[in-house]
Amino acid sequence: MKGFNHHGVWAIYRFEMARALRTIWQSLVTPVVTTALYFVVFGGAIGSRMQALDGVSYGSFIVPGLILMGTLQLSISNASLGIYFPKFTGTIYELLSAPVSAMEIVVGFVGAAATKSVVLGLITLITAMIFVDVPIAHPLVMLAMLVLTSIAFCLAGFIIGIWAKGFEQLSFIPSLIITPLTFLGGAFYTINMLPEPWRTVSLFNPIVYLISGFRWSFFGKGDVSIEVSLIALAVFLAVCLGVVGWIFRTGWRLKN
Amino acid sequence: MQPILSVRGVSKTYASGHRALKTVDLEIAKGEIFALLGPNGAGKTTLISIICGIVTPSSGTITVDGHDAIAEPRAARMKIGLVPQELSVDMFETVLATTRYSRRLFGRAGHDAYIDEVLRDLSLWDKRNSKIMELSGGMKRRVLIAKALAHEPDILFLDEPTAGVDVSLRRDMWKLVKRLREKGTTIILTTHYIEEAEEMADRVGVINKGELLLVEDKAALMKKLGKREMDIALVEPMATIPAELDEWHLTLTDEGERLRYTFDAQAERTGIPSLLRKLGELGIAFKDLDTSKSSLEDIFVDLVERRDEEQAA
Repeated sequence: MKGFNHHGVWAIYRFEMARALRTIWQSLVTPVVTTALYFVVFGGAIGSRMQALDGVSYGSFIVPGLILMGTLQLSISNASLGIYFPKFTGTIYELLSAPVSAMEIVVGFVGAAATKSVVLGLITLITAMIFVDVPIAHPLVMLAMLVLTSIAFCLAGFIIGIWAKGFEQLSFIPSLIITPLTFLGGAFYTINMLPEPWRTVSLFNPIVYLISGFRWSFFGKGDVSIEVSLIALAVFLAVCLGVVGWIFRTGWRLKN
Repeated sequence: MQPILSVRGVSKTYASGHRALKTVDLEIAKGEIFALLGPNGAGKTTLISIICGIVTPSSGTITVDGHDAIAEPRAARMKIGLVPQELSVDMFETVLATTRYSRRLFGRAGHDAYIDEVLRDLSLWDKRNSKIMELSGGMKRRVLIAKALAHEPDILFLDEPTAGVDVSLRRDMWKLVKRLREKGTTIILTTHYIEEAEEMADRVGVINKGELLLVEDKAALMKKLGKREMDIALVEPMATIPAELDEWHLTLTDEGERLRYTFDAQAERTGIPSLLRKLGELGIAFKDLDTSKSSLEDIFVDLVERRDEEQAA
């Protein structure tokens, strides 16, 4: 389609944001409470008995992983529900008949979902700062990685929402794939602590690279170099964009 | 005059192999009300969905006011508003919010005064701040119409607008359609209620098993296929019809109380005067005469049956 339907994109974006604002307290309170719990358990109770990792106290060390874990989960669950729900209720007819291109639909939906994820990440960060000292060595890189990771996983969530044929499929990927990969991806430890062969196995987990890069932006150190992390993020982003492009070209699970 | 909508060679075979539409050609003039009439599963919704861009056609082209729907989807789609058959609405949104959303989604800047007018026209004004899930089915249908009109479309599609709707809403709907027509909106509606097509449409297309059987002016269709019946209430019941009356092919109804004569209203000679003279000659007394037009329903049943017979032959 020629031109750009900015009214349409803005309408979708606001509609999706309104969905979150209806449950604003839930959206805000949940991450704050969850983060606080992690700090009480891992930071206070267990962390006090652990030695510093890479020269960073354990309480501070888990902050980047914790932020990223919440962001990944919200990105997947929120973006997938955003597009699945219209399919489920039938209101998707309006999107499909509207003069909005595939790209515009993605910008609206994924833009809104990513906004929420970034906000959640920042709330988690601020909550963490109440409990522990969090130095941020490269604030711009930190913010850029948070934004790009949110976009990438919201795209992935969008794909899952289109793929899903039922609510159980919607929760399947976040709970059975994303959460385990995040836990095993070094959210609470550095993979250098792992014995072989698990250390090598971990390198096949894409989330290791994201957490490592994100941690680098805080402490200037990561499990892998920042360049490798950024490349991994770019590849993941490109794959998701490619799949979304293919879905709209073919109308897969959207159009007959 | 150039048609506002033209459908050429459009067909659809679903991935399941189901052939929902055979080749359909159709032209709709600006400002007319066109009824697509057919039984459930005839292909009405498939045809509308293809024109609105929800279903991809297997073949054919669609031109909306000079814009090819596939090459220039944006220009084509901005001109179309669709009221779907299913009550698919965002339950948690308010009436006002969802209507404003639709306008923007279709690429137009917000225009609150116009949206307010649409809501008033549809008797939704009092409910504008209600969540849609609090509304009755009829009100939800009105919300769908408001959404479809929000971007001021030139063509409005109403897919089974009165299915499962009470009588008062149906009347309101008919009034609304007439009002829209006065404003110059082209309206295409699907229905399996013949009275609806008869009441509202200028032209009627009859569709069955994915095939557009015919497209005619409603009046011409009625004329062309309209049969009239004359019921003659007899003074004395009759056991058999006298042979002298054979040429009129009469039938006895009501246990011999009535004679029924079926004739073609458009024929040069209806045969009524001669029949009445003959009855007089034979001394058959009657107390009442009653003639009736066949409804679109009879016409439709007739047409579908005839087509099926032809195919069987």
